[in-house]
Amino acid sequence: MTDLLKLSAVHTHIGRYHILQGIDLAVPQGQVTMLLGRNGAGKTTTLRTIMGLWQASRGEITLAGMRIESLATPDIARLGVGYVPESMAVFSDLTVKENLVLAARDGPLDDTQLDWIFGFFPALRRFWLSRAGSLSGGQKQMLSIARAIIEPRKLLLIDEPTKGLAPAIVMALIECLKEIKRKGATILLVEQNFFAARELGDNVLVMDNGTIVHRGEMAALAADVPLQERLLGLSLEAHQ
Amino acid sequence: MMILSGDPPRSRVLSLLLVVIILALAATPFLFPGAKALNVAAKICVFAALVASYDLLLGYTGSVSFAHTMFYGIGSYAIAIALYGMGPNWAAVATGIVTGLPLAALLALAIGLFSLRVAAIFFAMITLAVASAFQVLASQLSWLTGGEDGRSFQLPELLRPGTVLISKSLFGFEINGRILTFYLVFAISALMILALLRVVNSPFGRVLQAIRENRFRAEALGFRTVFHLTYANCLAALVAASAGILNALWLRYAGPDTSLSFSIMLDILLMVVIGGMGTIYGAIIGATIFILAQNYLQSLMGVAAKAADEAGLPLLPGLLHPDRWLLWLGLLFIASVYFFPTGVVGRLRKAGGGKGAGSSH
Repeated sequence: MTDLLKLSAVHTHIGRYHILQGIDLAVPQGQVTMLLGRNGAGKTTTLRTIMGLWQASRGEITLAGMRIESLATPDIARLGVGYVPESMAVFSDLTVKENLVLAARDGPLDDTQLDWIFGFFPALRRFWLSRAGSLSGGQKQMLSIARAIIEPRKLLLIDEPTKGLAPAIVMALIECLKEIKRKGATILLVEQNFFAARELGDNVLVMDNGTIVHRGEMAALAADVPLQERLLGLSLEAHQ
Repeated sequence: MMILSGDPPRSRVLSLLLVVIILALAATPFLFPGAKALNVAAKICVFAALVASYDLLLGYTGSVSFAHTMFYGIGSYAIAIALYGMGPNWAAVATGIVTGLPLAALLALAIGLFSLRVAAIFFAMITLAVASAFQVLASQLSWLTGGEDGRSFQLPELLRPGTVLISKSLFGFEINGRILTFYLVFAISALMILALLRVVNSPFGRVLQAIRENRFRAEALGFRTVFHLTYANCLAALVAASAGILNALWLRYAGPDTSLSFSIMLDILLMVVIGGMGTIYGAIIGATIFILAQNYLQSLMGVAAKAADEAGLPLLPGLLHPDRWLLWLGLLFIASVYFFPTGVVGRLRKAGGGKGAGSSH
């Protein structure tokens, strides 16, 4: 399996803080790689650095063999990287339709893709012409994910999609992400919900203090309770 | 609906207000005789377009610019200098247009590329500095601009008040060059506002709204926000310069007070806030309210003070004395911002239901 995304010795400074301290990671093509870790470990900064929203101060980031660490965010997005930020990041003043048209960069919306998205998130069809700001939290998250998958992307960076959502919505999201995975998408997924991580992840990376402290298969971590407790301070069993 | 680019006023009261304003403006030469009424109507038309162009920047991109009067002044001076230098002919009008508009667009492009890639406050400061420098420059280059006196000029024959196009004996109204100029101002202002409505409702307009809401998110979708913001800045500058051209043609004069003064910038800000930011329609409402108040509040207060005096009421005649009209104008604006925080258009739209019914959750 070839690696679609590779980070080598990546450092990121935000102001005077040294957040990422030499990250090395690889995201294999067609697989879901989970990025886990305690709050403040540097997971979101990793995604934002890949996306160019924070500039890496040192190190290399390659996407499909191409160096991207010095590219601007729009150029990285145009290379086929979709980003779903945390906290239900939709454009509140625009309608659901306008949000999706915008994500398709004003090209025509693919009806088949749209029907597929509506299959998972029927609420988006129901509130098609409503302002995104008037949607519930779960619906906003659905829209946020729909925006990232409305066009085929090489790589999806998704930041805590289940955060703050009701269990029923979480299940719908997991099903959707599984379906995206079955379609062959490559995903780097930050997640605090262990159940979701186990359901979706092929590989896992665990971060602490701005470095990767563990890498391996998700199934292996899910089966190893002492390792979970050592790395993350809680176990999957306790979480279920 | 096509003419409004699929973005109707979305409120019956607002629609009614707009229809009344537009009809009243269109019929001003016949309904309200006298030079003052026609001057006020022409100023409303010019400022409606000018404020709408500022709304494209402030309301749709969230960029605060203090250079809008500079672009307005560039248009005014370009036409004034051309007509002053080349004489009252259409070639001079064309020269003023083909000089003024590209100059405004180029300056907007330079300011945009230089300052829109960084924090919004930097853009505001740069525009303030450039506008101040331009004001000083216009004052210093008196051989060209006429300095503090400005430039008075004559219009081409067809647009002069003395040119009678349709005599009074035909319809009971005389249509002269002055009225033709008014309709030129009215029609071009209306076309510019409709064009801006088209811009903000285009895919480009949606990107601007996305940038206003969260620039990083828009970039993460692949939009080069600096180019979008710069393009919007250039469009706004072009419309502002065109409004400046219309204003100079109407006044037959361009000078620092009528074209470049910082108080015009404050007026634009007040009009856009009173009307409602990010609506375009707010520009028409804001300009109408502001300019009517600016021109008629003093006379109204005179009448009110006299009435209060005759009724023997204490304090009121003094409070309503016409000399205190600026105080009352200020109080009116404070009240309007307090009671209409989203502007008149925002408030009326909210009362009328607005866009999107929202979730039932």
